[in-house]
This record gives sequence, structure tokens and C-alpha cells, in this order.
Amino acid sequence: MDQPAPPLIALRGITKAFPGVIANDDISLDIQRGQVHCLLGENGAGKSTLISILAGLQSPDSGRIELDGETVRIGSPKAAMDLGIGVVHQHSTLVPALTVIENLMLGERGLLQNRARAIARLDELSGLLGARIDPDAHASDLGLGQQQQVEIAKAMWTGTRLLILDEPTSMLTPQAIDSLAESVERLTAEGLGIVFITHKLREAYTMGDCVTVLRAGRNVGHISTERMAELSEQEAQRTILTAMFGDDLAAAGGLEEAAELAGATEAERETEAVDFATRPVRLALRGVSTAGSTLDAVVHDIDLEIHAGEILGIAGIDGHGQTALAEVVAGQRPAASGAVTLDDVDVTGLGVRGRQTRGLRYVTDDRLHEGTVGSLSVALNLMLKRIGQAPFWRFGQIDREAVDTEAMNLIAEYGIRTPSSATRAGTLSGGNIQKILLARELGGGANVVVVNKPTYGLDLKTVRLVHDLLAEFAAGGGSVLLISTELDELVELSHRIGVISRGRILGVVVNDGPTTAEKVGELMIGGDHDGE
Amino acid sequence: MIDLLSPAFLITFIVGCLVGTVPLMLAALGETIGEQSGVLNLGIEGMMLVGGYAGYVATLSSGSSWLGMLVGALAGAALSLVIVVLNVWLGLNQIVLGIAVTLAGGGITSVLYDQLYSKTAPRADTGGALKIPGLSDIPVIGPSLFSQPGFFWVTVALVVGVGFFLRRTNWGLSIRAAGQKPASLDAAGGSVMRTRSQAALLGGAFAGLGGAYLAVFATGAFTPFMTNGLGYVAIIVTMLARGRVLWVALVSLLYGVTVALGTVLQLTSLDIPTDVIGMLPYLAVMIVLVVFARSVYISPALGAPYTRGAR
Repeated sequence: MDQPAPPLIALRGITKAFPGVIANDDISLDIQRGQVHCLLGENGAGKSTLISILAGLQSPDSGRIELDGETVRIGSPKAAMDLGIGVVHQHSTLVPALTVIENLMLGERGLLQNRARAIARLDELSGLLGARIDPDAHASDLGLGQQQQVEIAKAMWTGTRLLILDEPTSMLTPQAIDSLAESVERLTAEGLGIVFITHKLREAYTMGDCVTVLRAGRNVGHISTERMAELSEQEAQRTILTAMFGDDLAAAGGLEEAAELAGATEAERETEAVDFATRPVRLALRGVSTAGSTLDAVVHDIDLEIHAGEILGIAGIDGHGQTALAEVVAGQRPAASGAVTLDDVDVTGLGVRGRQTRGLRYVTDDRLHEGTVGSLSVALNLMLKRIGQAPFWRFGQIDREAVDTEAMNLIAEYGIRTPSSATRAGTLSGGNIQKILLARELGGGANVVVVNKPTYGLDLKTVRLVHDLLAEFAAGGGSVLLISTELDELVELSHRIGVISRGRILGVVVNDGPTTAEKVGELMIGGDHDGE
Repeated sequence: MIDLLSPAFLITFIVGCLVGTVPLMLAALGETIGEQSGVLNLGIEGMMLVGGYAGYVATLSSGSSWLGMLVGALAGAALSLVIVVLNVWLGLNQIVLGIAVTLAGGGITSVLYDQLYSKTAPRADTGGALKIPGLSDIPVIGPSLFSQPGFFWVTVALVVGVGFFLRRTNWGLSIRAAGQKPASLDAAGGSVMRTRSQAALLGGAFAGLGGAYLAVFATGAFTPFMTNGLGYVAIIVTMLARGRVLWVALVSLLYGVTVALGTVLQLTSLDIPTDVIGMLPYLAVMIVLVVFARSVYISPALGAPYTRGAR
């Protein structure tokens, strides 16, 4: 008999270390033709590094890569492309100012652009992807789902054997995820191998033919195609979760909690119901607009009300005015028109400090640059918004003892893992820096807090902690304006969800049942059509 | 006082316009290519001076203004190697480098000129104008527009050529992507380093051409620091034009018009101090900048060195 055909791509003992961390530790795996190979793991598990190695952006310290049984070296993105490896990166690689067809032609050889051939190729790929895309539209004008179709078309531009999708669903609407799944099915039918990276369990099960789990840079579990077919969804999840969390399973709060964190099930609201009729309106925006030069810096005519004890979610594609909305509420950006009221008092004319003393706080999404000063101590970062205030400052002099005592209290209360209160904040992990921000903003008389993408890039345990903190804050009567691009997070926490697109609130959905995500998705898609 | 609409007056005006426009247009074209690729060339003033000096010397010694222009372009490109190596390859700060190149270019050329030519101050022979048969007989525009040096028409061709190059070639597409989002070009299999190096060299060559045109054709001689800030004006023109070559041409022309206005105002018997007249072009640039400041646009990746994998 013939030998069984070698896998499309085989990784053998791939190891890659960065200063202070081993990102990939002796990883081996096989990827077969015509299959979707799911790569699952938390943030920091080493998925991105592995993809960078396959894409030619990094070279492994040791180990080898075999393509159809032959050892290959992938020294540059160009080499990866020549080998037929196409990558759809997590962060868009489309150039916003260029048109779709220009983005697709980028990197082609020859002096003159061959537009006619490019358009023919786009037509061919459109058929395969099941999407029609206007070749002369600017990439910045496309909806996120369409942008992703263009990204896939770009990855497949030169005829791909292996397609790598890095967290492709993280910002898609439920509808767009369905159409992505259809495209993936068509591609595997053509014989392509697909690597599908995700941190959501239910996607791994529904999309994947086989699953590999990474934890701390190691391959800690593999479910083969045959096993995957045998296992029920629950059994598969149990196996994957055990691998994903390992000994930390208990710390994550047991199997069920872990399953929820890893997105095993459809998200549903976990916060207590709020009867809006009996609750006073805390924060209100009436016809608020801002002026700015980028899409993210502009909102138009925003009307919102947040009641005491309510979490109001804001969903939308990243960069559609979320920053402007957060900043105009926090007082960091002036309103060109309209009014912001806090407990029925007009605060439109107040700056950050004035609003802060009235209990309005802001947790920025730019936690490293805007949120903290990396070269200052943890203690000072915790005090950053109270500089000059008694009892920590007296007659312009800092009272180090008072600052340290307060800092130690907050460090203990919020479980910030730091060697001491004098440690420079910049040396802490992203999760601990986020805890510093939350400790600073949620404590000390806060009653309304604006949080922008509070769990972006954090590991699942910290995500859970952040969710718990926000839910607790609301349960205690605080109001939260929760801006996020993770629909699951919004559905879990919010009482109502508003959808923002191009700086306008398109509608607000009451989060009271299993259809919330679809309703939000419909609003988002509606917004896309408006813009075309 | 001469009649404001007499043919002699109009001819002087149009010639003055073109003399003021062309060096700026060439330099701004070069700056556009560089900035589209993400390289902010603040050394353009120095490159123009070096190009002007080299072009002048080459014209002087060979007697051919064409060879002078070629040498000017090569000199500009050679000086831009500093930017290529230190900034594009090694990631040094573009602003510091640009200022250094400007200072070095001005210093080197004035020292050389003072040592070699300041006693005699010879004039370069430009070989006269290229009279277009037929068209040059038209009144007013015949002796002005159609009696320009041959290189004037090369410049017109270069404007069209650069516009086509940036929009319609894969090379131009790579250059634009390198300035907008270098990581995308890298991921698409292009080379950010190579693309930016080429763009910076081309930009230097155009700056050299601009300087050489100024020395060889506009004045027929080199004088130390003769560009008088024209390189900085080119940077402003580039930022206003946002990569649109037609705008580069139009804004440069506007500058040329104000220069020519200054010249003709001196010919009239109006009692305007020459200092005020000399201010006019810069005043015009400042007014344009104030009016259009909101639409001044800088490529997102302009000035940022690219390192693969860095976030």
C-alpha cells in the first residue's frame, strides 16, 4: 500500500523565545487539506507568535516546517506567499486610503498596474467567497464584514493552499459570522487547508474539524478529526477546557465558569434586572455633537439616558466615534453642541476635574498611554486624578504616607499584583494595569463611570474580574456606560445596548432575551447600508 | 511708468511666473514622492543647494545645461543617501537628520563657492531658449511661454509622469502604501525599506533638479543660500497638495505668480519698498496655509521609521 499522504503543513518542535518569555515551546502539529484546524488558547498562549512564524514575520529559534513533506524555510512574508500560505491578520492590513482593487494589487510585480486582470481575479474570488465587492470603493468605506471578505480575497490573491484566519470573528456581527462560516465551507470544499484561530469555544466546535489547544506556549491538547466527530459538544468542550486552563481550572471558578468565560455558550445577561421607571436618570446626553477630523473623534446628535444602577452598553465597529462619546462624557473633549447633565445638573461647561469631583469617572481604552504613566509608581498612578487634593497633598506638598496607605488599600482591595506600591506601573502586566485604572476610577465616591473596551487584550481570569467589578458597581447603585466591541461582553453585562455607527446612535435594544445579539447585529448592518 | 497691459509687461510677467514656479514645482514633486512613501525630507533645502551648485559647476565646465541638470539631479540623489542610510535603514530621527542635511548642504556649497568662484562670479551659459517653431511667433505668449529653456518642457513632462507613476504603476502603489500603512505593504510581500529608499532617492534627485534649474536657468549663476527657504515652501506645497500632483503644479504656480508680481511691481513707478515686495511670495504662502490649514494632510506613517513586527 501507499504511504498515507503527508499533511499539507507539519510543524515540528517549533520554539520561539522573546526576552523574558517563551512564546512557543516545542510546538508540533499537522494541518490537513480540506480541513478547518482550530487553534484555541487564551491571550498570550502563543497563537499569534505561531501565526507570525507561518506568515514569515518571525523566524523560529528551533524546529522545522514541512510543506507537503518537504522542509521549507519561511524567511519573509513574500516567501510565505510564494509557498501558498495566505494570512488574514487579526488587525486589518487594508490601507484605508486605497481602493479595494488597489489594496488587492499591492505587492504585485511589473511596472504598470494590470487592472483588468485584477478585476477578473476579484470576480473569481467573489464567487468563491460568496460576496460582491465594489472594486473602486475605498477600504475605509466598507463595513467590517466586507473588509474581512477583502482581506480573505487578498490572502488568496496569488492562489493559496493554506489560509490562516487569526481571530476573524472578534468584531463581526452574528450575521457576518454566519456568512464567514459559509465562505470557509466553500474554501475547504476546494481543498484548502484552513487554520482558524479563536478564543471562543463554541466557534471552535462549530467551525473546526479538529482542534489544538495552546497554553503558555505549549501544545497542551489535540482533538483529532475522528475524535471530534465522536464527541458530543459537551464532551468536546470539557476536553478542551481542561486543556485550556489545566491546573487553573479551579482558579477560573470551576468547569462551568470556565466554559462561560471561554464563550462555550451563547452569551446571556447575568446582571440583575433594573426597573427603569423607579430609577432616577443619572447621566443624560441631549443632542450632543463633537467636532473632529477623524471618524473616531466625531459624534452627531447623541441622545442617551443612563439610570442609577444601570449598565448601558454601546456596541459598534471600533473607531466609529466611541472615543469621542467617552471623552465628551468624561469632559476631555468639548461638546460642539448639546448638553451633558449629571443628576439633572448641566455639566457641559465643566472640565475633567469638575466632573470627577461630582462622581463621573472614565476608564480609557488606551490604558498604557492615556490611562497610566509607565515611569511613575503604582501608588502615584492610583492617585493620578487626585493630584493636589487633600488629604494626600497639603499646601502643595505630597504626603507620601497618606498616598502609600491609600495605595496599599486599593492594591489589596482590587488584587493588583505588584511587588510594591513603589514599583513602576509600566513594568506590570496589562491585566494589572487595567486593575489600577479600575481601582482609581471606581473607588472614592464614583457614581457614574464610562468604560471603553475594558477587557481588550486581557486574559480570561482578568476578564472575569473586570466583569464582576462592573456588575458589582452597578448592583451598588452606580451607573456604567460600557463601550465595547465584544458583543458577548455587552450581552452579559448590559441592561440596554445602543449601537453606534459613524458617530450616530442607530438605536437602543433592551437586553431581555436570547435574541438581543441578533437585534444588535441587525442595527449594525443597517448602519453599514446607510453609509454606502 | 510702463503700461500695465503692454506686451512687454505681460511677457516679463509670464517669464517671471515660470522662473519662480519651476524650481519650486520640481522640488515639491520630489517632496511629494518622499512624503507619499512616509519619508519626511526636511533636508530638501540642502539638497536643492547642492543640486544647484553641482548643476552650475557642471554647466560652467562642460558648457551644456543638459549635463548640468543631470549632475544636479545626481548630486541631490547623492545627498539623499544620508537620509536613506541613517533614517530609512537605521531609523534615526527624520527631523534631526533633515535639519543636519539642510545645514550641511548650505555650508558645503557656500564654502566651495567662496573659495572657487566668488572672485570671478562667472555666469553659466544656458544655451539660450528653445523656441517652439510656429508657436513662438504668437504675440505675448510666443516670446514668453514658448521660448523657455528646453528643460522647462521636461519639467512639464515630469509633472504628468509623476502623476501617472503614483496613480497607475505598481511601484507608485507601493510607495503610497508605505506611507499609509507600511505593515500592510510588508504583509503583501513588498519591501518597505526598498520602497522608501527608492522614493527618498527619487525625491533627492527632484530636489537637485529644482536647485539646478534655479541656478542654471533662473539666474544663470550660483550664489550661497540662493534658495532662500524655497525648500521649506516646497514642504508646505506638498502638505497642501496631499499627494495630488495637479495641486502641486497649481500651488507652485500661485507662488510663481506672486514672485512675478513682485518683479513687475518693481518695474512700475509705484513707491513700494523692495523689502515689502520681497515678502510677497512668503506672505502668499502664509495666507494659503492659514486658509487651508485644516486640510493640510500628512501621511499616517510619515516620519515614523518602520520595524517589522514592532507594534
